Amino acid sequence: MSIRRNPVLRESSHLLIPAILLFALYVQFHGDYGPGGGFQAGVIFASAIILYALLHGTRRAEKIIPLKLARTFAALGILIYSFTGILGIILGGNFLNYNVLAHDPIHGQHWGILLIELGVGITVGSVIISIFYAFAKFKK
Amino acid sequence: MIGSHYPILQVVVPLVAAPLCSLLPKSKLPWLFATVISWLTFAISLALLVQVKNSGALIYELGDWPAPWGIQYYIDTIGAFVLVLVSLIASITLLASRELIEKEIAQEKHALFYTAFLLCYTGLLGIVATGDAFNVFVFLEISSISSYALIAMGENRKALTASYEYLIMGTIGATFILIGIGLLYMQTGTLNMLDLKQRIHEVDGFRSVHAAFAFFTVGICLKLALFPLHHWLPNAYAYAPSAVSIFLAATATKVALYLLYRVFYTIFGFEFSFDTLHLGYILLPLSIIAMVISSFTAIFQLGVKRLLAYSSLGQIGYMTLGIALETKAGLIASIIHLFNHAFIKGALFMCMACLLSRLHSTRITDLAGAAQHMPWTCAAFVTAGLALIGVPLTSGFISKWYLVLAILEKDWWWLAVIVLFTSLLSVVYIWRVIEQMYLREANSHSANIKEASPILLICTWLMVIMTIYFGIDNSYPVNMATHAAEALLK
Repeated sequence: MSIRRNPVLRESSHLLIPAILLFALYVQFHGDYGPGGGFQAGVIFASAIILYALLHGTRRAEKIIPLKLARTFAALGILIYSFTGILGIILGGNFLNYNVLAHDPIHGQHWGILLIELGVGITVGSVIISIFYAFAKFKK
Repeated sequence: MIGSHYPILQVVVPLVAAPLCSLLPKSKLPWLFATVISWLTFAISLALLVQVKNSGALIYELGDWPAPWGIQYYIDTIGAFVLVLVSLIASITLLASRELIEKEIAQEKHALFYTAFLLCYTGLLGIVATGDAFNVFVFLEISSISSYALIAMGENRKALTASYEYLIMGTIGATFILIGIGLLYMQTGTLNMLDLKQRIHEVDGFRSVHAAFAFFTVGICLKLALFPLHHWLPNAYAYAPSAVSIFLAATATKVALYLLYRVFYTIFGFEFSFDTLHLGYILLPLSIIAMVISSFTAIFQLGVKRLLAYSSLGQIGYMTLGIALETKAGLIASIIHLFNHAFIKGALFMCMACLLSRLHSTRITDLAGAAQHMPWTCAAFVTAGLALIGVPLTSGFISKWYLVLAILEKDWWWLAVIVLFTSLLSVVYIWRVIEQMYLREANSHSANIKEASPILLICTWLMVIMTIYFGIDNSYPVNMATHAAEALLK
């Protein structure tokens, strides 16, 4: 029986995928207090999409996240990262100075790291999904 | 005000431009955008050069974290000099590349091509601008990974194997550099280059620091394509899209050479590199073998792009030979040749792009009679070829002059003979091409071939004029190289 027809895999994936997505968001936004951060969160998020694509085929996965969207988000993440850095210059500090992002340095550092990690998470997740599509749709 | 941020803007402007470029629609826009960005970064690099000249080395702290905790960008004379070189060549290449890319690469990949190009460019600029050892590795990977993708886009299917070979060798090189950085960090607890320079003397008797030195040497020489670690280079240059060949041939190995200066002069220091560990004993024979064997191999190549790639390997030998002399004069000669060779090889690969755009081949036999239809292209090839040989009134002569002077200063007349002998070999391989272009009858089917497009010709001649200008008035590169060498040896 192919894995796509296997009811156990299909049903358990329906239970797992939302939990994986939620865990990705937890790792993303809890990264500044505990273990985690953008890179790990991006990989976890992408793994949920890949699991869906393995069980339902890339065509249905691409209905949720088209390749074009993944590429756009890959670019968007880097832009979030670099514009956070440039915001530091605009607000009077050096590149990537988070202190100037909020009314006091502690909040500024907090905002800065959240934004940067968000950028990393978006780019890593989208790039991994794009790489998966590239291999999954490869025809000789 | 904004002037104090130039060191970071130099790297961040193309870095931000790359993802933006990937979002642009299928049209001329990606090319236009990438070209404008490259000229903008060229303007920034010129401003940096002026700043360095007026107020000495620039230090920029990322996020205002003080060194050695934060990442620091450090731009001194040699850095500003190489930044100007890389950004000028990238700007000219991009300006010339629209027609080449349209012919050689499928339209839906154009935006991604310029994205990869900008990323490669960012990586090369970053390696030069940063003062942090780990940052060097990151930028090295950015430039290498994007250049694997760029090379793989070549028309010929062999581009894929060439790219793969480069990927394997390049990754080994980068890993070795990373291991070297790791060992140094373990012993000194710092990644900042200036801080490393201070602390390395406390630990320079340790075996692990010697191992780090060895890893750096092999890793950088792989990136530099110094004999016998050069095997990836000829295919990579020969099968890459023409615009990529121009850019990589003129800049990639030069930046690797810059890294060599940085690691051995700034981080380890001259005494440790050359007196304690005798780097010269390794570089000297390898440089001589590179010069002789690569020049011989170039003579027997059937494709002109491969011929020029092998000639590049020989020229790299001249640059490392300057370092191997272990003198200030040698280092100056090496830096001058780095500068001059970038324009010479850029111009020659630009001629190949012109020929390829009309003749659709750069096999040496297919160039027969090309001068009848493409006189300007062939004249540019002859001029740049003369510069490569080192004929007076071209910049190649200045390079060889300073190199031979530095050699004679050490009384190694036998080495001067070898350098002159390899110059004669370059006469042979350049003559083989010129003979085909000018003295052979054109093939019957090439009757209606026209001269290359004006913009390509203008860019080619821009580089050729550079080689002639710096051959006549050499005060600028020589002054710069002298300043840079003094700063590196301090």
